[in-house]
Amino acid sequence: MVKNSDYWKSNIALIVKCLSVWFVVSYLFGIVFVDVLNLVKLGGYKLGFWFAQQGSIYTFVILIFYYAKKMNQIDEQFNMHEK
Amino acid sequence: MDLQTLTFLFVGATFALYISIAFWAKAGTTAEFYVAGGGIHPIANGMATAADWMSAASFISMAGLIAFYGYGGSVFLMGWTGGYVLLAMLLAPYLRKHGSFTVPEFISDRYYSKTARVVAVICLIIASVTYVIGQMKGIGVAFSRFLEVSYETGLLTGIAIVFVYAVMGGMKGITYTQIAQYVIMIIAYTIPAIFISFMLTGNPIPQLGLGSEMVDGVYLLDKVDQVVTELGFAEYTTQARLSLTNMFVYTLSLMIGTAGLPHVIMRFFTVPSVKAARESAGWALLFIAILYTTAPAVAAMARLNLMTTIDQPDQAQNLAYADRPSWFKNWEKTGLLKFEDKNNDGLIQYTGDKATNEMVKVDRDIMVLANPEIAGLPNWVIAIVAAGGLAAALSTAAGLLLAIASSISHDLLKGVWHPEITEKKELLYSRISMAGAIAVAGYFGFNPPDFAAGTVALAFGLAASSIFPALMMGIFSKKMNKEGAIAGMLSGIGVTLLYVFQHKGIMFVQSTSFLGDMDPNWFLGIEPNAFGAIGATVNFAVAFLVMSRTAPVPKHVEEMIENIRVPSHN
Repeated sequence: MVKNSDYWKSNIALIVKCLSVWFVVSYLFGIVFVDVLNLVKLGGYKLGFWFAQQGSIYTFVILIFYYAKKMNQIDEQFNMHEK
Repeated sequence: MDLQTLTFLFVGATFALYISIAFWAKAGTTAEFYVAGGGIHPIANGMATAADWMSAASFISMAGLIAFYGYGGSVFLMGWTGGYVLLAMLLAPYLRKHGSFTVPEFISDRYYSKTARVVAVICLIIASVTYVIGQMKGIGVAFSRFLEVSYETGLLTGIAIVFVYAVMGGMKGITYTQIAQYVIMIIAYTIPAIFISFMLTGNPIPQLGLGSEMVDGVYLLDKVDQVVTELGFAEYTTQARLSLTNMFVYTLSLMIGTAGLPHVIMRFFTVPSVKAARESAGWALLFIAILYTTAPAVAAMARLNLMTTIDQPDQAQNLAYADRPSWFKNWEKTGLLKFEDKNNDGLIQYTGDKATNEMVKVDRDIMVLANPEIAGLPNWVIAIVAAGGLAAALSTAAGLLLAIASSISHDLLKGVWHPEITEKKELLYSRISMAGAIAVAGYFGFNPPDFAAGTVALAFGLAASSIFPALMMGIFSKKMNKEGAIAGMLSGIGVTLLYVFQHKGIMFVQSTSFLGDMDPNWFLGIEPNAFGAIGATVNFAVAFLVMSRTAPVPKHVEEMIENIRVPSHN
């Protein structure tokens, strides 16, 4: 059971890390600081606008695959993977 | 070939495909009917989830919303995709490990309570039925516009098709049909976007075209900003939706609601393992992202094309009503586009000023459907768009109907009333409830209730304020007990319904809205549609408060939680 709780802690730590990025790209870059970021341009995109309509979505996709990959490693490390 | 024939050909071919899949993927067991046997490959499930998720609203309405709300429309883009991150990390893997057939079944096991199960079924049915009405309307509208048959004939044809593959194949039939529907939908959405992006910017990739220069060297988005502000509309790339606080809460509500919608969660019960559930969420979002990152380009380009078709820098050169193109006339017939010559000069003035604006109605929903015509694309492209719109509405309707049917046959009949029935009987009942659910949805399609327009927001509000918190606490808190969970769900729904009804009217009957639908009365300036996140907060708070004063969870449930937290079976 000690092993289980260590495994669960690693999972929580990874989730917190991923959801921080999730929060920053959408809520901070896309909404709260949008006006500041809009002063910078990415091609024809204002940067804040780009995060709100493009960048946050790309980041979400990468985040899920990153989480899935890292969890596979954690599963192996704690010998928790499905047999 | 003319448009009519081409459309019949394309739509007919896709329907023939769905029916063939139905005969090939017939369900023989309850496991096949509810979860497609649990053996769907993560990529295949990702594709099916994308089709399940992207409804007539995503396909037809979303780009139109963004076209008119500009930056403010971002809440839908972020809200309807960010929920998958929550789903992948907070719900899907653990629910898959538990291995139940339905969402209420998990809630029943985790909270050792039939009451909790019934509460969950009620939330699920309200959320799904309201959602499915919108799909039925979408099917009827797409048919009547493109095939020029009546709304009723169109709706009946759509219902018949869903009936065949959903009743016969259950989740198995629905899954394989959804994969086909995803492919059709994404082709239909991207082809016109690629054409238009290339025509405007020379870059065929819409996501890049939106950030590129136009032929005259001006960035497309700068051009859109310039055109709309000159005509008195708010600047496209910066217009917020009410306030940034409202946008923040709205986005959060849509994300939590997305993660809590049972017809989406259920799709993750069909993959073979926990590992597959995590990956599959990534694939699902990737397939969704293809459409969702194309939509902003479609939106901005459609807005630009529409405005520059009508308005010219010199007002005297504006489009004359007598010279209006054929798409203009076609949409006028539907009543979704209306012109009124206020100054009697025979020219069309489309401006942001209500007093002089002569385009008195431009329905947002026509943007995606009319876009290829406005840009002058060939007929076969327009025919594909029709087939795509139907695929979007049908795939979501089927997923919702399965969620409703399984909660009736598996949760109420088998789970609560008649636990003793055999598997064969349950399979029969599940088919009967599926047929019943289709009949109810069809009835509402023919007689759309007055409240239909506001109901999708209600579905998200309920999913966010009841189902998501109950599931999340069930996994992440070992201490959460049945009293806490039930009190949480009821108060979450209660607060959300109260807020929506007091501003929008009880069951959306306007005259009963006792606080009036106006911003000064809104809590922190939050619009009623965005209230799910507040309902979820109330749910969490009440649940923990009640938990602290009631009996702790039994030992066997604690063990069950230990078990769902790890992928391995020992």
